[in-house]
Amino acid sequence: MQTLLDNRINRLLADKSQNKLSIYFTAGFPALNDTRTILMALQEAGADMVEIGIPFSDPVADGPTIQASNQKALENGMTLRLLFEQLEGIREGVDMPLILMGYLNPVVQFGMEAFCKEAARVGIDGLIIPDLPLAEYERQYKGLFESYGLKFICLITPQTSEARIRQIDALSDSFIYMVSSAATTGAKQGVSNEQIQYFERVNAMNLRNPKVVGFGISDADSFRTVGQYAEGAIIGSAFIRMLESSTSLKADILRFIQSIKVNSSNL
Amino acid sequence: MFSATSQGNFSVDESGYYGEFGGAFIPEMLYPNVEELREKYLSIIAQEAFQKEFYELLRQYVGRPTPLYKAEGLSARYGAKIYLKREDLCHTGAHKINNTIGQILLAKALGKNKIIAETGAGQHGVATATVCALMGMECIVYMGKHDTERQKPNVERMRILGTTVVPVTSGSQTLKDATNEAMRHWISHPVDTHYIIGSVVGPHPYPDMVARFQSVISEEIKVQLLKEEGTENPHKVIACVGGGSNAAGAFYHYLDAPEVELIAVEAAGKGVNSGYSAATTALGKPGILHGSRTLLMQTEDGQVVEPYSISAGLDYPGIGPVHAHLFASGRGKFYAVTDEDAMQAGVMLSRTEGIIPAIETAHAIAVLNQLELSSDEIVVINLSGRGDKDLQTYIDWGKY
Repeated sequence: MQTLLDNRINRLLADKSQNKLSIYFTAGFPALNDTRTILMALQEAGADMVEIGIPFSDPVADGPTIQASNQKALENGMTLRLLFEQLEGIREGVDMPLILMGYLNPVVQFGMEAFCKEAARVGIDGLIIPDLPLAEYERQYKGLFESYGLKFICLITPQTSEARIRQIDALSDSFIYMVSSAATTGAKQGVSNEQIQYFERVNAMNLRNPKVVGFGISDADSFRTVGQYAEGAIIGSAFIRMLESSTSLKADILRFIQSIKVNSSNL
Repeated sequence: MFSATSQGNFSVDESGYYGEFGGAFIPEMLYPNVEELREKYLSIIAQEAFQKEFYELLRQYVGRPTPLYKAEGLSARYGAKIYLKREDLCHTGAHKINNTIGQILLAKALGKNKIIAETGAGQHGVATATVCALMGMECIVYMGKHDTERQKPNVERMRILGTTVVPVTSGSQTLKDATNEAMRHWISHPVDTHYIIGSVVGPHPYPDMVARFQSVISEEIKVQLLKEEGTENPHKVIACVGGGSNAAGAFYHYLDAPEVELIAVEAAGKGVNSGYSAATTALGKPGILHGSRTLLMQTEDGQVVEPYSISAGLDYPGIGPVHAHLFASGRGKFYAVTDEDAMQAGVMLSRTEGIIPAIETAHAIAVLNQLELSSDEIVVINLSGRGDKDLQTYIDWGKY
């Protein structure tokens, strides 16, 4: 285990003082060139970490909100090549950990090595590729990702066996993405007792990696609740819905982040 | 008969690959389900009780063995000995039910009591709804909204059978989106639900499992041809390919018999280079969709392209990984047939043999025009489905 705090993700999650808020948004949505505006606004508003979604025509793990944002981004003309152009120099103003989240096919067509090289060059810290299974990652890409200093982030779900969670923990050195329930993104509201039991079960395993909870986290309440069992949480669909109806991205993003961070720390 | 092991150059390997194609590229949410299937499918289908029930249902319920019919009119027309494997005579009108019988028995063995499926033309949906009614299982079928409109009779057949048909409005509202939606449902219902995929696509072990259930087609052809012609092996086996389940079944027992030429026919739509086509091997590049690495119609950026064919059963942007391997290795020969040629062949077969084929199947008939045949050549065409469901398409086309 490399407890070296060599990566922004490791450094962020090493600080346990406060529940960390990670935000997902789809690149190219709502408008093609909003990527930098959204990232800068998130930084200023106090988000702790960001997942930048690479849009795909067939996002099978995503619910209707993120699907629609993917489709709109593609209609807007978003491509991976363009995303790397938009991220050029982003590290001059943004120091939050940045993660690219996307399905495997667009990445493979770009070329896995070229993708890693570009990602590292613009200052990306980690990758989430939901349809790249653990076995294929180990067999084909582990060395490559490591050589570019990119953390590969794996998901676990309530159905993931203890043995497999241990295997994922051993292979990870950033955080474990704890999917909150058996669902696609954005599906469930609130946190059930069943979910709490699952969080407690995983907590009792004393994993070496921090955990960040995603799927179904939408507001200060659910953020605060899951924060009792993990180092942080990811909000995606609710953020996308806000962007969709926003008339002023900067002000609305500030309001959104504050409504979650302020309300959850005050309660 | 199923064996517990895979052998031969064109069988799936232990990691689920056919050459460089296949695998199981699934999100972690589906891992427990797919892993359970992978661990158990071979041992379940090798059980004597499973095989007995499977073959008994195929015999009594589906109406197997289906005839291998010597088509004299077609033979005279093309100057070869042409046989039609009459999968159109299966219960529900197509080969699809061979697979759904197998998978529903497997679902039972796994203790699942709910079934989901995707469907394009509706044939697989109807075959799934049928076995669910038979076994008293709850069934939901996802179908692109666009397809529910152009295949209305099949939607109503499923509803009569007690199945819930969910029109899918995401993406392009056709088969690939129905498949996405079925996968999303499975992600959200991982414990009690089995997903019956209708073709030799999806993550390992689906392509192999579906091919094994469909392999009854070539298993019967060998026995029947031996009786008719004194040889198990024809010179050519011809089948249409969308995802490729009927072709996989017709080719299965000939894969390692190189003297048998395997001919796969894809839908050229309005022409391979017209921008309206589903000819995946001609237009696709290796890519990953629905859990496997295969040939895929896609943009330069890796976005999946919506295919087109007059036949709703052939407009899938990918192809089963086994077929991608047959194509890449040269073991299979791939042809493309346009809408127009397929429709004409459908009418020609109707008038020559008194058989109205499904439009998917009409593509396999039409390829005869592209082949050079000799009089002593034995050709088997897999007549995968009947044309009842396509009447409206024949009527709209109108040239008969």
